[in-house]
Formats: sequence, C-alpha cells, structure tokens
Amino acid sequence: MPNIATHSPGSVVLLQGNEAIARGALEGGAQVCTAYPGTPSSEIIATLAPVAKDRGIHVEWSINEKVATEVAGAAAFAGLRSLSAMKNAGLNVAMDFLMHLNLSTLGDRGGGMVVVVCDDPQAHASGDEEDTRWTAQMANVPLLEPGNPQEAKDMTKWALDLSEELSCYCFLRGYTRLSHSRGPVKLGELPSPTRKANFDTSKGYSPYIAPPKHAALIEKMARLRERFESSPFNPYSGPEHPELLIICSGSGGFCSLDAVEALGLTKSVGILRLGTLWPFPQDLVRSYVARTGKVLVVEEVDPFLEVHVKEAIVSPSPVGSPEIYGKGSGHIGYYGEMTPDVVIKALSKIFNLEYQARDRRYEDEVQNAASQMVIDRGMAWCPGCPHRASFFALRNAIRKDGRKALVTGDIGCYALDIFPYGTHQTNVLHCMGSGAGTACGFGELGQFDFKQPVVAICGDSTFFHASVPALINAVYNKSNMTLVILDNDVTAMTGFQPHPGTGRTATQEATTIVDAEALCRSLGCRVEIRDPFDTKATTAALVELMKDEEGVRVLILRRKCELLRMRQERKQLFKVWVTPEKCTGEKCGYCYQVLQCPGISWDKETGKARVQETLCVGCGFCADICPLKAIVKEEIA
Amino acid sequence: MMAISADPLNLIICGVGGQGNILMSSLVASALTRKGYYVAIGETFGAAQRGGAVFSSVRISARHPYGPLIPEGRAHLILGLEPLETMRMLQKYGNPEVVCITNTQPVPPVGVLSKKDEYPDHDELKETIKKLTRRAWFVDATDIALKLGAAIATNIVMVGALLAASQLPLERKDMESEMWNTFPRERMELNLKALDRGFNTIHSQN
Repeated sequence: MPNIATHSPGSVVLLQGNEAIARGALEGGAQVCTAYPGTPSSEIIATLAPVAKDRGIHVEWSINEKVATEVAGAAAFAGLRSLSAMKNAGLNVAMDFLMHLNLSTLGDRGGGMVVVVCDDPQAHASGDEEDTRWTAQMANVPLLEPGNPQEAKDMTKWALDLSEELSCYCFLRGYTRLSHSRGPVKLGELPSPTRKANFDTSKGYSPYIAPPKHAALIEKMARLRERFESSPFNPYSGPEHPELLIICSGSGGFCSLDAVEALGLTKSVGILRLGTLWPFPQDLVRSYVARTGKVLVVEEVDPFLEVHVKEAIVSPSPVGSPEIYGKGSGHIGYYGEMTPDVVIKALSKIFNLEYQARDRRYEDEVQNAASQMVIDRGMAWCPGCPHRASFFALRNAIRKDGRKALVTGDIGCYALDIFPYGTHQTNVLHCMGSGAGTACGFGELGQFDFKQPVVAICGDSTFFHASVPALINAVYNKSNMTLVILDNDVTAMTGFQPHPGTGRTATQEATTIVDAEALCRSLGCRVEIRDPFDTKATTAALVELMKDEEGVRVLILRRKCELLRMRQERKQLFKVWVTPEKCTGEKCGYCYQVLQCPGISWDKETGKARVQETLCVGCGFCADICPLKAIVKEEIA
Repeated sequence: MMAISADPLNLIICGVGGQGNILMSSLVASALTRKGYYVAIGETFGAAQRGGAVFSSVRISARHPYGPLIPEGRAHLILGLEPLETMRMLQKYGNPEVVCITNTQPVPPVGVLSKKDEYPDHDELKETIKKLTRRAWFVDATDIALKLGAAIATNIVMVGALLAASQLPLERKDMESEMWNTFPRERMELNLKALDRGFNTIHSQN
C-alpha cells in the first residue's frame, strides 16, 4: 500500500490536511519532527513516524510541547530543518521557549524550523477556542494559514524555506476544518536530506540582551511584510471592482465561496483570501479596499483580520471611507467555527436578500419529526473501559469517607467524567497536569480550616506531560493530597500514542520504560498500586489513602485501555449474560443506570437488564458489581 | 468525465463512531479523484471512539474545488449507517429532493441503554425518512455483513448499495480497483463479497 513518502512526485492524491502537512515537511527536507499528541494535530506525527526509518529522519512523541519545540529548536541550531506540531492548547505549554527563540535567532548554521499549531474553533475536541494568530503577533514571527490541503503542503515547505532564510521559526496555523478535511494535493519532489548536524561552539545564542535583539526582529519582520504584500498565497477571485469585498483567511475562504454562489453574488462580490497573516500585508489590503465601498471580514473566533484591516484602512492615510462589516458590526459572531451559513446570513443582511435553505413546508415537517425522534447520542466511556471502574470505586470511596472529598482532574478520556454519562465526581477540571496542581493547592489550605480530602486524577501520559512538577511541589510544600494515576498504558484519547512509560518510541523502537511508581517513591510519596477492576481493593485503598495525612499519597490504577487490549489480544476475557430470574430490573438498575456501561442495558420488552452483544466486550466488571448476582461471567478459554 | 446531477454534488455519510464511515468517504472520494473530479471531504468526529455521532461530508465538482462543509439544507445524497443518524442529518441537511440509503440496524445511544431516552419506533422512523426524501432505500447491511461472518464489513455493503443507487459518477469497477489499492489482499475476498451483496440488494429494489 502506498504511503506518504512513496506517492510519486507530480501525482494528485487525496490527502487529509494533516497528511499534507506531513508531506510538506518531507518535501521541505525536515529531518527532525516532534510533537505531543493533541486533536486536531495528532495525525501529522502519526503520518511521519512510520516513514521515518525509510526517509532517514528522526520523528518523536515528546513528553510535552515545550520539550517538543526545544528538541526541534536544537535541530535548527545544529543546521537541520525541523518541525514541531501541537494543538491550540499545546502552544501555551511551548510558549516560554518560543518567546525566547524568536529573539535568539536559530543560529548561523542554516537551520530552519516550522511550528505547526492546529487550532480548534468550535472546540470540537478542546477546552477552548484560542486563536494562534495573536500569538504570532505577540512573538512577532511569521504566521502562514493554508486554505486547503494543497496549500497546507506547499506552505509547510515554504515555511521551512522562509525560516531558514530569516533564521527565525515560522508558525503554520491549521484549524480543525483543514486538519480533518481531505482534498486533492499535487505532490512535489522529495529531496533526500543529507545534512549533518553540527554546532559551532565558538558561538552562543540566547535572547540576552533583549532590546537590541527585539529591534532586529522587528526590522526583519518589516522587511518580510514587504515580501508578503505580493505573495501568491494571498489569492483574489472576483470582479475588478466588487460592490463588496470579502477579506478572509483559512476556512473563511471556502465558506465565502459557497455563500457567494448560493446567493448568486459572483458578479458583485470579490474574495481576498489572505494566507500570509503575520506580518500583516497591509498595503495589499489597502489596494483591494480602494476598489470597493463595502468590506466584509470573514474569520472564525477572534477579530484578528478585522482589527488589522481596520488599522490598514486608516494608516498611514485613509483609503476612502468603506463600510466595514464583520464582528464589530454584529454580522458575524465572536465564537464558534465558520460555516457557509454564517457567511450566507451576513451577506443576506448586507444585501437585503431573502435566503431560504429549503422550502418552509419541508422545514416545518422535518423539524417537527426531528423534535419527536432525534435523541442525543451522548459520549460515554467505551465498554470495558478501566476508567469507568476507577470512577465507580472513587464514587464509593468518597461516600464511605463521608467528608465531602474534592476531586480535581485534567485532560484525557477520564475527562468524560464531567459529561452527561460520567459519574460527576470531578469538581475542578482544567488543562494537562492541573488536576495535580490544583489538588496540591487545595491540599495546602489546611491552615485556613480546609478539612476535605483532596484527590487529583491524571492519566499515565498526563502524569509525564505536566503532573510531575505539581507532585514535586506537593511534596516540597507539604500538601495533603492523593494523586490517582489512571495508567492504561497508552495516550488513548488522541489515538493510542506511546509515552515514556510504555517502553516504545513513536517509531516503535524499544526504549527504557520510565517507571512512574519508582519516580513517585523517589519523591518520598506513599505509593499503592491496584487493578481498578478489583473494585473492593481499589475502594479500600482510596478510603485509606484519603485518611492517611502523612505526606503525599499516590495510587496507580493499572489496567490497559480496553481498545488497545482488544487490538493486541483479539479475544474477549469473559462471556457475560443476565439471569432474568434474579434480575429485578427497574427496582435495581445498578448496572445500566449507575455503572452506565453501553454493553449492558435496560430491555424494554422484559423490563430487565440485558447484555448488548454487539457492544459488550466481555470485561465482566458488571458481573462483579451486580448486587443480586444476576449478571454472570464465565471465563473464555 | 460522467455528468453529475448537481455541481457541487453534496454527499453525507453518517453513523456512529467505529462504524467505518471515514474509510467509506475516503474510498468514494479517492475513486472520484482518480476520475478527475475535484473532491473535498470534511470529517466531523470529535471523540469518535466513544459512541458519538460521526459524519463525513463529501463534495464533488467537475468545475473547481469546494470546501468540506455543506450548507444547511443542501445535501443531495445521504448514506446512513444507522437510521437515527440518517434522521439527524435530514434535520440539518435534508430537502425535498434528497436521496437516502440507510442501514436498518439501530445502534442505541447510551441514553437509551441507561433508560433515560427512548429510541424512536423503527417503523415510524423508516416511514418518516421515506416522507422526507425524494427516494429512500433501506438496506439490512449489518445482517448481510454478519451473514458474511464479519460485522465490520457493514460499511462495504453500504458502499455497494451506494454504487447500485447510481447517484454518483462511479462504476463498480472504479470502486473495486480503489479497494484493491486500499486493503490488504487477504481482506479482499470478504470485501468484494460485501460490495456485491450491497450492490444486489439495491438492484433488486430498483
């Protein structure tokens, strides 16, 4: 089967946006590629890792985004080209390094580095809708934003060229509708990168002393802006003198195209789609604005373009007095993702057009039917998921303890606990590692009469990513807390990536297993290990650890992610069924209403519990917790 | 290039996480790309492996590339791996001209399993889908796949049905060669059988 590195140059293939970025990295000669997984960016490294050996490049899953950019930065200092990829929130972790690397330059060895950040407007798989474009302005480094998979590939390569030329890293901004869309991509040549890594130790690079280095960066970006003014990545389509000019970037481009066609406005509306967003090509914008009397700025989430368009129009001298529509005027919202319908609505309002997507009778009919039939399909932990068992035990332990224990969580499949089909034990949930960090803080409030036990939750991957410093802080500052590590042997939520505790690298090489248990013990923590499916022992351990106020406690709940286990072992552990005579159905409901595993359900016909044979994976946990022993499990040989 | 009934032609493939809908959209879109059409796919999955609703939009044009998102009310063709999901897509993208091909096998949402919600009556759901479409086909794709010994082939049965419905500028041989390019050889016997069964089911309804 062909892969990203074997498709021949010149051929047109259908690629996902993230695959196109991976191909762009190969075409651009990147030799070191790093990332910590995060939706919607994960497929970039997942695409590069399997071809790393054949291409002679280094690809890694790094412990977190900061280290990922530091590894990529080192490669650039040593004269190589590199790529580091992350999701929107991951950039926050990397920023400390990147706010220094912009000033230090990438050295004199001719290295280059692209930082790919995949934003997630609408927060499909994120905790926020943050917008990386401002970050590029803050760091004052170039930012390119592709409008389709073809540009994603071409711009990745160009970003590497530019970075090398400027000796400054470049941002490539993706977004969910680029990362997770597919489109035709015409492929370019694949060079065989043969550069050797070397560092000239007579030189030194740092941001110190900042002001003169900052001044040099500002001058560099001013020169780059002049080049961006005539870049082919800022295409215009439409009439010479449009009645209205749409200025957009990224997904704003294709959404505008659909809207203009749907409203029959192709003769009166032009679309200027900017791909070089920072430094902002203000003269280009001024020249297009001069041809029209109305401007609509189409972009998702923040008014980044809008602010800069408004500034460009008045400075250095006013360009006529066009009407500017967008977020400020109320035509487009400040949150959520861009869709064709958002632009259709804005244009209809400006042009005073009636737009109906479908006839009114159909609309009424379909909405009426849907209101009676379309029920929500909520997210829940998979059948057999160890997290369900862990939270089940936690819930019981907190009840037994009776002191209103507080639970703090972070990011992983276990965040589903706060969603409708979770157990709702988690009280405070923020970013990677902040379960441990906030727990540490609550655990330091004893002198203010805080008496509730504090339990932090993290995953095995999250433990390494950002929980370790918080745990050390807890030990150092004598916090009273318990950290529960849900160790399922993989970074599950983002697609089963390995991490330092798994003994495998991104390229599936065997490596040292970083032992979380030994690490915690070396910090002086009391460490207990349980199998969450042994619910009695897990509950008892939790109760005991909440009581123990001598130092920081760690409970490792160790059981492999069921999806991973099934992939590896390809067999069920148990055959599970319900004995109807023993099941009291609605009187109890402990399995389907409290445990809420999709593998066991209420059966409308019999009024009893029933195993859903297509969903049940045979973990047998429901049989263990059934108070009436009505659920039976039998080991499969 | 064969003519297409609308340009862009908007196809939605919907279902539940794990049913293989992203693979289906890739197969269809790659085959169309080889025939010279501009194709875009949008994948909406959030956390797909955890039982959520998942759909791909596929947009096909002979003129120029379009973006992956379909305007509301503008689907031409809906391929549903699950009947409730077909209905969910009709609510947002349906119109009197839309054509639907739906697998009849329901996958109950976790809310139904835990007795918080009730799954709509199967016959009523089918009748409503018929009423809200220009043409509706129903395929017992899960049953067919189970009879072939692999529930996982349900999506390929549905691809067969899609080809037989003749709504896309694709012939069976185009899809077969795409499948040879995509799957390991040992999977091909099962997949070709599944494609054939799906194809014949629609043919016998035409």
